[in-house]
Amino acid sequence: MKRILFTQSRPPHGGINAQEGLDAILMGSAFAECAVLFQGDGVYQLLKHQQPERLGTKNFASTFGALADYGVDQIFCIDEDLAKRQLGTDELVIPTIPIKQNTVCEFISAFDLVLDF
Amino acid sequence: MKFAIVVQGAPYSHEASLSALHFVKAVLDAGHEIYRVFFYHDGIYNASDLIVPPQDETDIRAEWLSLSETHKVELITCIASSLRRGLLNKAEAERYERNAANLNTAFEISGLGQLIDAGLAADRTVTFAA
Repeated sequence: MKRILFTQSRPPHGGINAQEGLDAILMGSAFAECAVLFQGDGVYQLLKHQQPERLGTKNFASTFGALADYGVDQIFCIDEDLAKRQLGTDELVIPTIPIKQNTVCEFISAFDLVLDF
Repeated sequence: MKFAIVVQGAPYSHEASLSALHFVKAVLDAGHEIYRVFFYHDGIYNASDLIVPPQDETDIRAEWLSLSETHKVELITCIASSLRRGLLNKAEAERYERNAANLNTAFEISGLGQLIDAGLAADRTVTFAA
C-alpha cells in the first residue's frame, strides 16, 4: 500500500490551508496509509483551548482527535518547531511523535506522496 | 512519466497559476503526460468563466481552455473549495438555488478524492502553492 504524508505547515486561522488540509487528510485516509507532519507555524493547529468561534471561523482542532478513528495514527511534530514557540506536547490536542529537524528530509523521502498545506 | 499538478493560488493574485501553466506546457513538450490538474484552495478561481483580464496581461482563462482543448488535460476543481467560494456549474447552481453558474466549460467540479487519486496514480505530484 502506498504511503501519503500530509505536511501541515501553516497556522490554523489566518488562512484556510490548515482546514482544507485536514479535509484532504480525511479523504486520503480512505485511499492509503496516511501520516501527518506538523511543522513550522503548523504546530499551532494542535493547540488546546482554541476559541476561533469568536472570530467567526470554524473550530476544527477537535477533528484532529478523530484522525485515529480514520486510521491516521502516525502524527509527527518537529521538536525544534515546538521548542522555538515554547510549546510542550502536553499543550496539544492529540499525542504526537517528535522528530528532529535534521532528520526531516530523510523522513519525508520515505513516503510515496507528499501533500503540503 | 505521469505528472499530477495541484494549483492552490488564485489567478492574478499569485504566481501559482502561471507557474503551473508553464510547467504543464513544459511537461507536455518533453513528451510526458499530465494525469490531472487539481485546483484547491483559492486555485479554484482559475475555473471562473467570468475572468476578464486587461488586454496587456496573459489571459489565464484562455490558457487553461487551450490546454484542455489541445491536449485534453483534465482540469478538476474541488467541490467543497468551489462551493464555499462561489464557483458553481449549472447543476450546483440549481441545487443551491443560485441564479447563475460561472464554471468555465474546460473544468469539472469533483471531489477531493480526485486529488488523492491523482497523487497516487502519478509518478510525480507537483504543487503550486500560494
